[in-house]
Amino acid sequence: MIDDDFVRSLLNRFSFLALRHQTDCLTLACPADSVADFARYLRDEETFDLLVDLTAIDHGETADTRFSVVLHLYSLIHRAYLRVHVDCPDNDAPEVPSLSSIFPAANWHERETYDMFGIQFSGHPDLRRILMWDEYPYFPLRKEFPLAGIDVPLPAADVAEVTGADVDPAPMMGGPFVSPGSGRMSESEPRAKDESWTEETIKQS
Amino acid sequence: MISSEVGYNSKVEGEVIVTKADAVINWIRKHSVWPMPMGLACCAIELMASAASRYDISRFGMEVMRFSPRQSDCMIVAGTVTYKMAEVVRRIYDQMGDPKWVVAMGACASTGGMYRSYAVMQGVDTIVPVDVYVSGCPPRPEALLDAMMKLQDKIGREPAVKNLTQTAKSTDLVG
Amino acid sequence: MSTTTKEIQVGDIGARAATHSENERMALNVGPSHPTTHGVLRLMMELDGDLITKCDPVLGYLHRGDEKIAENMTYNQFVPYTDRLDYLAPLANNVAYALTVEKLAGVEVPPRCEAIRVLVCEMARISSHLLGMGVFGMDAGAWTPFMYTFTEREKLYTLFEELTGARFTTSYTRIGGVARDIPDGWLPRVEKFCDQLPKAIDEVEKLLTRNRIFLDRTEGIGAISKEQAIAYGITGPNLRASGVDLDLRKDKPYSGYDQYEFDVPIGTKGDCYDRYLVRIEEVRQSILIIKQVIANFPGGLWYAEDAKKIFAPPKEKIMTNMEELIQNFMIVTEGPQVPPGEVYFEAENPKGALGFYLVSRGGGVPYRLKIRAPSFCNLSILEELAPGHMLSDITVILGSLDFVMGECDR
Repeated sequence: MIDDDFVRSLLNRFSFLALRHQTDCLTLACPADSVADFARYLRDEETFDLLVDLTAIDHGETADTRFSVVLHLYSLIHRAYLRVHVDCPDNDAPEVPSLSSIFPAANWHERETYDMFGIQFSGHPDLRRILMWDEYPYFPLRKEFPLAGIDVPLPAADVAEVTGADVDPAPMMGGPFVSPGSGRMSESEPRAKDESWTEETIKQS
Repeated sequence: MISSEVGYNSKVEGEVIVTKADAVINWIRKHSVWPMPMGLACCAIELMASAASRYDISRFGMEVMRFSPRQSDCMIVAGTVTYKMAEVVRRIYDQMGDPKWVVAMGACASTGGMYRSYAVMQGVDTIVPVDVYVSGCPPRPEALLDAMMKLQDKIGREPAVKNLTQTAKSTDLVG
Repeated sequence: MSTTTKEIQVGDIGARAATHSENERMALNVGPSHPTTHGVLRLMMELDGDLITKCDPVLGYLHRGDEKIAENMTYNQFVPYTDRLDYLAPLANNVAYALTVEKLAGVEVPPRCEAIRVLVCEMARISSHLLGMGVFGMDAGAWTPFMYTFTEREKLYTLFEELTGARFTTSYTRIGGVARDIPDGWLPRVEKFCDQLPKAIDEVEKLLTRNRIFLDRTEGIGAISKEQAIAYGITGPNLRASGVDLDLRKDKPYSGYDQYEFDVPIGTKGDCYDRYLVRIEEVRQSILIIKQVIANFPGGLWYAEDAKKIFAPPKEKIMTNMEELIQNFMIVTEGPQVPPGEVYFEAENPKGALGFYLVSRGGGVPYRLKIRAPSFCNLSILEELAPGHMLSDITVILGSLDFVMGECDR
């Protein structure tokens, strides 16, 4: 049972843990260097053996810790989820130990997180891109990457030569109209959130 | 095929019909278009539905959906073409033998659809020449069948004999 | 007439070839455009004769950037994208997404809305399993079950079209309710469909379940043990076929599932045949659930009336009253206002557990939306599962795992 006793015993046992909240499920914060031991303990002693999800959040370029990796674990015995936030210590070269030796499911999730955010997982057997092509130079889910994309050459050089095709930024004019909701009325008109190809902002290349 | 202008009288001419070579060649081609289903995403399900028993595509002679490009005439690009997949689509298009046509089925294949993002090619016509665009997300099987009928009309208007004497386009990746 | 028999030693030639190429492996590339794969999946395989020694799946050929798109759209604008995740059961994805946002926003939907959602989820489950099993039969070489299941799916499509306006890719749910109420006379039609469906399933079963060829092709192939399944994060019918009793409809009931009585089929060996049997039985259980929902269908509203900043008021009020007009304007332009926080919600989709992890910083647009796709996790076991099998078993294994690349790549 995930009750207050359980939470207290966990926090007492591991001094590096911090309780973030318990609104929809127990959410803990764990530092990067202890996450492997904590995950192993959860799997072996506390029956949280199903790794449901492993992903990351980009808190923005101006945040103190920019990237944090988020794990979701499920226990069939407790019938409850557990969420662990792991902050990446370095903002420019984020790195976190890999959990693929503890949870084989983490293998592909970590590859995807690397692909989308550029977070390195030390100890991962085969860290390469999984959703984008291997030579893609950017990390798409970072906040500074525009939705429309950035001009890069097509992955297949011979096709690009024959057809003249290119990885072009997608046209965003007439894109999803969302109002920012704050600020002056004249500025909070609904407009496409990503204006990377309008007359006002220059197309990124 | 038999019209009064030809003045066909079976007692005189026997079982012989005189017509244009173009008409015969196009008639044969358009009534046995073998599609190469490039089923990528949700439109592939509607493509399968149009091949199933309710919207029988076999009425048009098109049920031969062999996934071999060498044996097919028309590539139906059904679904979103991502930049990673573009190379594959083009290679398969080049492996198809002449004459070949392309149908861009659905909004994603025509113009990128509602996916205006970094990974989606905004329309398959960037890499292959498209003959018929079908709108819809996904297009109903009736819309696809309507598109195939338009393709049949388009095939009927082709200068088949003139094309026969042309050499293969040198821009193909595969010879 | 006497015939002279001559003995030919063919065995020697075969043996010689085997010893000659003992350590020569062949690299084979399967896909991405290949009829046996459920979408665009590429398998880079290494073969020793006919035996697979290594299998490396390459994904990403249908990666459309859904998660990045979600950060630029309001919550209701994102619903059509959820349709196209698992495009065989779009209504189930819609419901899972709506439930996630409603959980964070703290919105309670009325019982009628819950009943509608359960009903369409189960119909989507039937639709997905029918296609999965039809195509599984086709992968194993049987064309007829594909045609039979597609005919049943066409009847489902007609029902969906009447309810939502689209055959599939319905975009039916909104945050705080569903788009429109069920039309008159729709429920009896659903019931009629459910009454004649068991006969169709029986026909498919007659063709496949005790078919010698089908049994030879699927029994003992692709066996996943309990521990392996949990270690690789597999969920849904694949996990249950391996003997693990995890069904989110029973363990963590949502949207009123705890009111209905149904069984959860559990397999024993976790091979392809078990996965097929589990899915067929799940269709039968879904029919039971649908009948119960229709029998106890509650009246009332199909949306949360008190969700002022989240669900738009009815059109009659919008066109006549100022306050409702402003409310509608704010919800459409700024999006349903969801308080800051994070939430994770998983629903029992036909493919597995579809989860949405939503991080909101307030406002009408999510800050981060992670889609936990069941097919992505189910497919990750392929690298370990395929070696040791024959090349022709790969089609059967892929068919039995029943994944969809739209969901896997997002």
